[in-house]
Amino acid sequence: MIKLEEKKLNLQLEETFAQMVWRRFKRHRLAVISLVFLIFITLVAILAPFISPYDYEKTNTEHTLEAPSAQFWFGTDRIGRDLFSRVVWGSRISLSVGFVAAAVSVMVGTTIGSLAGYFGGIVDDILMRFTEMVMSFPVIFLLLTIIAIVERSVFNIMMVIGLTAWPGLARLVRGQFLSLREMDYVEAARALGATHKRIVFRHMLLNCMAPIIVNATLGVGAAILAESGLSFLGLGIINPPSWGTVLNSGRAHLRFAPWIMMIPGALIFLTVLAFNYIGDGLRDALDPHLKR
Amino acid sequence: MGKYIARRVMQMVIVILGITIISFTIMHLAPGDPVDLLAGRTATPEQRAHIKHLYGLDKPIIIQYFAWISKVAQGDFGHSYISGRPVLTMILERLPATLILNFWAMIIIYLLAIPIGMLSALRQYSWFDYIATTVAFLVRAMPAFWFALLLVYFVGMRVEGIEIAGMSTYGINWGVQSFWTVFKDRLSYIVLPLTVLAFGGMSGITRFMRASMLDVIHQDYIRTARAKGLPEKKVITNHALRNALLPIVTLIGFELPILFGGAVIIETIFSWPGLGLLAVTAIFQRDYMVVMAFNIMGAVMTVIGMFIADMLYLVVDPRIKYD
Repeated sequence: MIKLEEKKLNLQLEETFAQMVWRRFKRHRLAVISLVFLIFITLVAILAPFISPYDYEKTNTEHTLEAPSAQFWFGTDRIGRDLFSRVVWGSRISLSVGFVAAAVSVMVGTTIGSLAGYFGGIVDDILMRFTEMVMSFPVIFLLLTIIAIVERSVFNIMMVIGLTAWPGLARLVRGQFLSLREMDYVEAARALGATHKRIVFRHMLLNCMAPIIVNATLGVGAAILAESGLSFLGLGIINPPSWGTVLNSGRAHLRFAPWIMMIPGALIFLTVLAFNYIGDGLRDALDPHLKR
Repeated sequence: MGKYIARRVMQMVIVILGITIISFTIMHLAPGDPVDLLAGRTATPEQRAHIKHLYGLDKPIIIQYFAWISKVAQGDFGHSYISGRPVLTMILERLPATLILNFWAMIIIYLLAIPIGMLSALRQYSWFDYIATTVAFLVRAMPAFWFALLLVYFVGMRVEGIEIAGMSTYGINWGVQSFWTVFKDRLSYIVLPLTVLAFGGMSGITRFMRASMLDVIHQDYIRTARAKGLPEKKVITNHALRNALLPIVTLIGFELPILFGGAVIIETIFSWPGLGLLAVTAIFQRDYMVVMAFNIMGAVMTVIGMFIADMLYLVVDPRIKYD
């Protein structure tokens, strides 16, 4: 009995950081539900060719604008394409744009923010003025302008969304670095002769991972929203369709075929919501001040 | 403080200059020769050369930039490649519609969000707080255009007297018909876009107000006010609310760019004849002069808005000392 107790204690002492985060994350029930939902959507996206019952491009003039039925789960559009297949394939585009754009934005934001915060002075001045410039453009106009200029490919859309989304994170990381720079352990590392690279990567960056991870999670949702907005305006990815593209195709048939717009819209909403809840759960789980 | 303001003004000028350089670069990266657009297909080489010369497109890029920037500084954004009209005129024509929509949206947002946020904070963890924060969280994830289309389908198409496209009925004008007839007409058009904008904008302000109020009611001076036996109502209105509202005041600076271009997608859905609709049309037509004017005006307004916010902070919170 005593041994068991001891073992338990030992186990708790040996809990790794990841285990602690997971234990605390699990307490946020909505975040866990969101995680399950996202895993499901991701599997659908990966297995799209096996799940979709029809070719997403195949038209069928005998079944146009049909309501959801056993044959066509989500109904059909104006030229008789199966909406279930289109939405399943759409999850690929929407999710991959979300992930890649968020990754681009996190990389750029972290790099610029940490350089500005670490070196300070003139480097900081130049980088922050640049950040303010990018931040000042109304995001939607900037997105639309660049989209109008570059070729509309999946890759370009990912880049454009990612490259307009980083200023917030850059400012956040810079702020963290400015205060971390004054910490004793950073000074100690410097006194021991650690290189800039080692100080930045081993000591400072590791200590602002929490806000970066949370920002990245929320960023995926925001990028999915941005992509769907572009597609909705008819400036997004058309083939293969994204959720926003499918939604947009239902605009003209709102009165008699509202399901074309409702289903992809609901999916965008739920997916973004899931990323936001997970971000929320991670924020609580990663916060070292909340000792529970 | 004077030094801080001077430095802030300097930064603002640098940022605005940078914005014009970025804009100009983007404009030059744009595919398609503007001469093609201006001259048309049937132009002879001489005519093309003439147009090129007329628009200064044959000069070095630096000269072109300075020529362009000195014009922009005087409010001359050039002429539309498509309609040939001055860009500034086109924008000024559309400005009132956008201002009306965003102004009323802002009024509704603040009138509702401040009391909701305040009540949320005063009754933290109550069912009211729970519902308010949950709704705000949901709205943040909702695509505004989807919400707009749902409203069109469930309300606009079913409820008699609510319009889903445009801004006014042709022939119904102020001063011609009675005030109420015109008012009812305008209201029937603005209701749906206004609902979408107000709903979407409220979540942020509510959260902000809730946080600000929560921050204030845990301060020592509130405890002092209660301890000296002030009635709770007075503690809240005289002591807590006034201090909690201060950070909200500074948000006004950030509303400036929103007033100008906060409703691009919503305007296209409801065919609201404002700036957003103009911008989207211009992008589809590759009317770069119009597009660039939008970018610059929007960016400059954001910069000025941020500056105003910072200055308001100085006025509102005398404890802040800048070096």
